[in-house]
Amino acid sequence: MMNLIKNRDFILFSIIIFGVILVGIANPYFVKPSSLSDVLTDTSILIILALSQMIVILIRAIDLSVASNLALSGMLISLLSTVYPELPVVFFIILSCLIGTFLGVLNGVSIAILKVPFIVTTLGTLSIYRGLIYFVSDGKQVYSHEFSESFLALIHYKFLSLSFLFWVAVFVFVVMYILLNHTRFGRNLYSLGGNPDAAKYIGINENKYVILAYSISGFFAGLCGYLWVARYSVASTQIAIGFELTVISACVVGGISVMGGVGTVVGCTLGALLIGLIRNALPAVDISQFWQLAISGAIILIAIIINTKTEQRKDKTIMVE
Amino acid sequence: MKNIIPENPPFKLLNILYKKEFILFMVLLSIILINSNVSPYFLDLYNLIDSTFLFSEKAIIALSMTFVIIARQIDLSVASIIAVSSCVLGYTTSIGMDTYLVIIFTLLSGIMCGAFNGFIIIRFAIPSIIVTIGTMSLFRGLAYSFLEDQYYNKFPQFVVSLGSDYLFGYIPYAFLTFIILSLFFAFILHKTIIGKRIYSIGNNPESAQYTGIQVDKYTFVLFTLNGLFSAIAAIFLSGRLSSVRPNIAFGWELEIITMVVLGGVYIYGGSGSILGVVISIFILGMLSFGLGLLNVPGVGIIIFTGLLLILSIGFPSFIKYFRSKNE
Repeated sequence: MMNLIKNRDFILFSIIIFGVILVGIANPYFVKPSSLSDVLTDTSILIILALSQMIVILIRAIDLSVASNLALSGMLISLLSTVYPELPVVFFIILSCLIGTFLGVLNGVSIAILKVPFIVTTLGTLSIYRGLIYFVSDGKQVYSHEFSESFLALIHYKFLSLSFLFWVAVFVFVVMYILLNHTRFGRNLYSLGGNPDAAKYIGINENKYVILAYSISGFFAGLCGYLWVARYSVASTQIAIGFELTVISACVVGGISVMGGVGTVVGCTLGALLIGLIRNALPAVDISQFWQLAISGAIILIAIIINTKTEQRKDKTIMVE
Repeated sequence: MKNIIPENPPFKLLNILYKKEFILFMVLLSIILINSNVSPYFLDLYNLIDSTFLFSEKAIIALSMTFVIIARQIDLSVASIIAVSSCVLGYTTSIGMDTYLVIIFTLLSGIMCGAFNGFIIIRFAIPSIIVTIGTMSLFRGLAYSFLEDQYYNKFPQFVVSLGSDYLFGYIPYAFLTFIILSLFFAFILHKTIIGKRIYSIGNNPESAQYTGIQVDKYTFVLFTLNGLFSAIAAIFLSGRLSSVRPNIAFGWELEIITMVVLGGVYIYGGSGSILGVVISIFILGMLSFGLGLLNVPGVGIIIFTGLLLILSIGFPSFIKYFRSKNE
């Protein structure tokens, strides 16, 4: 079984490389190192959010509120930074993460303790968090000149000519990889998603893990709140609207099964990279931006169909054994 | 409660439903009472009638969505189907087709989108939430790639009057359609074998299959129906707005699902009633109308809707949780 999943990641990787080469033939500028590093920068937030969404999907749930959470945390720290521009940027990053975590915990509590189904909860908080942004900001935007210099400077820092954003994504990738593959927490997540009843019998506290999973998802949404606002140097009520669906598509394309318990960190990252590549490559090969949504929709569908086919085959082999 | 098929369906089912709808009805009454106390303009017949324009199109889709959710499925692509159908409506008008052909093609486009959803879901046995997340982008994307940054603003006179005129000068056509359809749907769901089968599919698809219900066929038909109703809503909406852009009805899928779930339809299928959904549609409609009269901005309504959605479902478990702690 591990072979098959590894194989799948390899296929995805080959598709990405093949895609880059194809686009490169059509438009040589696209494969310049600077251009490729832009693609990576552009995809970093998606990678981070996809990896945190993966934790939630692993336990058979979905967090639809990430984009609203991101926008709310981003807006709150932006407003604060206009009032206290002298505070160090690290303070804002930590604060953003804390706000995000708090919003995530609210989701988790509603699902685990109030027993409100996850779709209902996260649909509800999707509107509530989005609505609160209007509430705290009065519908106004925070423009680039209103941020302090240090707030925006960090994001432009480069290391080995790759952006700060990309290195954050790499860091999150490493943390997630260790968390899911080498800790008890990760193993328990997989078992909860694979078979919740059995997991409960061996003593895994489901409620605890649900709340933890949603807090992690919220934490990274908060982190991305800072990253997003700093990168585009604008905080408005509209930022990242609808981005939760892009994140879920990245997970699905990356082979994370919505039936829970199946999926790898590498696959998820590759899924995000493929979506990021498509978003960036279409303009490079002169396909109108307007086709982007339809093409990503088609790719999601194809990816799901391929995923389920391999999964169903696996089920059959188990039954025969 | 969710997995119990009552032994004596007519009597017990009514009993259970009675409670839920009763609470909803009380909420509706208190909203109307508070609103009419706070604003003198609320209980004005013309105002009330006009306020139905704000929710009739969503309400029409909410009816077929009720069936879909009771059958343990979900459809997130409805708003995108509206976008596709509205584009078809605009395009067929722009090439000068007759009005009846325009309507037929618009409805067909909705049916095809819905059937596509249904086909993928049953052919590959994929959860509908994921399929419709995909088709949500796909359909909306088709509308974008077809219209790009253009828009349609010419529609047949018939469509325009459907969207904005009143029967006998009082009842908006969209609202009238919603009322007729809700009576029809209530009859199908609660009084016919089809409704019984939809409930049993939602309660337990596998055992429904074993009792000889063609679950796949029902699923396919329900998604097609959802597509058709989205197209009907698209006709009313385009007629009312007299303008179609690819981002038309953006985010409606969530509002429609909120209507259904708030109406007491269990999100994992098997229980719920049309009456509950109709009351919840009025709750949300009257709420946003009343808050609008008080100059509360749209966001207040968004936050309130979200809270209402979570609390209405979470409250019973909250009480249960506290009771179990005290014991």
